[in-house]
Amino acid sequence: MIELQGVQRVFRVGDQEVHALRDVDLSIARGEYLSLMGPSGSGKSTLLHVLGLLDRPTAGRYRLLGRDVGELDDRALARTRRQCIGFVFQSFHLVPRLTTAQNVALPLLLAEVPRAERQQRVREALAAFGLGHRADHRPDELSGGQRQRAAIARATISRPQLLLADEPTGNLDRSAGQEIVRELERLHDDGLTLVVVTHDPDLGRRAHRRLRMDDGRIVADVREAGAGDAVR
Amino acid sequence: MRFAEQFLFAAQSLRAARVRTLLILLAVAIGTAGVVLLVWLGESGRRYVADQFAALGTNLVIVLPGRTETKGGAPPLLGETARDLTLDDALALQRSDAVRRVAPIVAGSITVTRGNRAREATVLGSTADLLPVRRFELAAGTFLPRGDPRRAGAECVLGRTLQRELFAGAGALGEWVRLGDRRFRVTGILASTGRSLGTDLDEAVVIPVAAAQALFDTEGLFRVLIEATDRGAVPRACRDVERILRQRREGELDVTVITQEAVLATFDGILRTLTFAIAGIAAISLVVAGILIMNVMVIAVAQRRTEVGLLKALGAAPDSIRSLFLWEALLLAVVGAGAGITIAEATSRIAAAFVPALGAGTPGWAAVAAFATALAIGIAFGTAPAARAARLDPVLALARR
Ligand SMILES: Nc1ncnc2c1ncn2[C@@H]1O[C@H](COP(=O)(O)OP(=O)(O)OP(=O)(O)O)[C@@H](O)[C@H]1O
Ligand SMILES: [Mg+2]
Repeated sequence: MIELQGVQRVFRVGDQEVHALRDVDLSIARGEYLSLMGPSGSGKSTLLHVLGLLDRPTAGRYRLLGRDVGELDDRALARTRRQCIGFVFQSFHLVPRLTTAQNVALPLLLAEVPRAERQQRVREALAAFGLGHRADHRPDELSGGQRQRAAIARATISRPQLLLADEPTGNLDRSAGQEIVRELERLHDDGLTLVVVTHDPDLGRRAHRRLRMDDGRIVADVREAGAGDAVR
Repeated sequence: MRFAEQFLFAAQSLRAARVRTLLILLAVAIGTAGVVLLVWLGESGRRYVADQFAALGTNLVIVLPGRTETKGGAPPLLGETARDLTLDDALALQRSDAVRRVAPIVAGSITVTRGNRAREATVLGSTADLLPVRRFELAAGTFLPRGDPRRAGAECVLGRTLQRELFAGAGALGEWVRLGDRRFRVTGILASTGRSLGTDLDEAVVIPVAAAQALFDTEGLFRVLIEATDRGAVPRACRDVERILRQRREGELDVTVITQEAVLATFDGILRTLTFAIAGIAAISLVVAGILIMNVMVIAVAQRRTEVGLLKALGAAPDSIRSLFLWEALLLAVVGAGAGITIAEATSRIAAAFVPALGAGTPGWAAVAAFATALAIGIAFGTAPAARAARLDPVLALARR
């Protein structure tokens, strides 16, 4: 599903070059559950942004679903994000003036889904994430866990194949965090490919495949027993 | 993203920033109302002047003694005095079949006395035709008698104020008044019609033209008013007047012939230019409103960076983002301009109820022009901030920095 070859991402800050990703090779198969760990500044978020088409590699090749991403223009990238990729952020990023239902409906709005179908799907999604009674509340009236559940509902409402979560439990207390992890794993059980960036070792260990990054490189790639331990 | 959805989304974000939105709407509304109201005032003024002229009759031709060169060239030689325009000249103009009536006028100022009351008055020496030519109306009595204009009759017609002050409200008809060393019998009173192009009729006294000539000891006429048979005959009347006068003056034409229409057209042009100029000045306030819109949009884009980043992460193409912000600018411009036009219309109606001369209702073209200007300004000043939003890097926009 995903294939990175020699991917680099270099930021220019003044006359200095920051190598956020150095020569990353990675392939992810459909339906995998990955955790991505590593010290702060090691390039986890940058890798996630590249995977999610929010950022372009400075060098290297990225094939997503059989297509070379480097050949897509802005419009095509946006369409691919809309149809194939869902994002979950540490700080939720709900639009404060919109209700929960309106926030969740945003991807369908962008995809020009007709109104009636949109409302139907939003209702179902909210119910599935236990937010049915919060549909008309604004984000500031929700708890952290509820906000993140709304964000996950939004990320998955257009039925993407890939869900990218950047420290999804980072702003939550323990029990709310566990609840969110359960939601994500339920989605994975339904066939979604899941990549979770986290600082929490317990959470990281739950994944079937654990990547470790340091200074822009993938330094460990561990699979569940059966797949065998593999160190690059 | 669909148009309707973009519109709703933009409207919702404007509603969320209520105070800011209202302030901008106010600025746009004031700018638009200013343009429309100033155009309306200018137009009302123009129409007022046109009406004044129309009241005099559009088939009026005026002959003045002396030549007024309007074509430039050498100034007239010093000491060259124009020949008088005489009563015989005026009467000769009756020969043209394009001319219906001729009213020669001798004008001057004199003290009118009755008993121990005296008053300074404008004297108009003319004939019976002055009444229809100038469309005067009588409040009482009769106007100057028809008959030989060369006869210096002793009839006079008093203006309203003059009559009131000389006779202290008592009946004046048939009474005698003194103008200089001559006595005149009051045969009629002019109805009060206010000022008519500079002459306050209420303070005027009309006497036979020959009497005025004697009174002021002059052969020359102040001017000759001619009424053409109808509006279409005006050019022919002008030609005839010039031909007849040229014949009577050994081929030299030292008079000026003005048509009412030419004067009206000149005034009309001046006032219209003035209206445009004022409207242009008012349009500057619309530009200011446009800059305000830009200001607000720039702030909105900055404040909503994360929202823009999020929308991009959710798969919004740059075009969609640009449209969203452009819609906001457009909405501000359209709603503000609509409110401004409504305010202007209401103001004009209320004002016209108190000052009828203003005329109710703003000119439609001014509203359309102001609306179009507001729209254009909304687009012009909304484009840059919208493009800026569309260009935002989603990763940077989403980062909490
Ligand atoms: N826009 C940018 N401009 C310059 N440098 C950047 C930019 N984004 C990231 N970096 C740098 O790239 C490196 C990797 O950053 P990244 O955000 O991917 O780290 P991370 O592993 O997600 O860290 P954390 O755990 O703190 O979130 C860091 O050194 C960071 O300073
Ligand atoms: Mg990070």
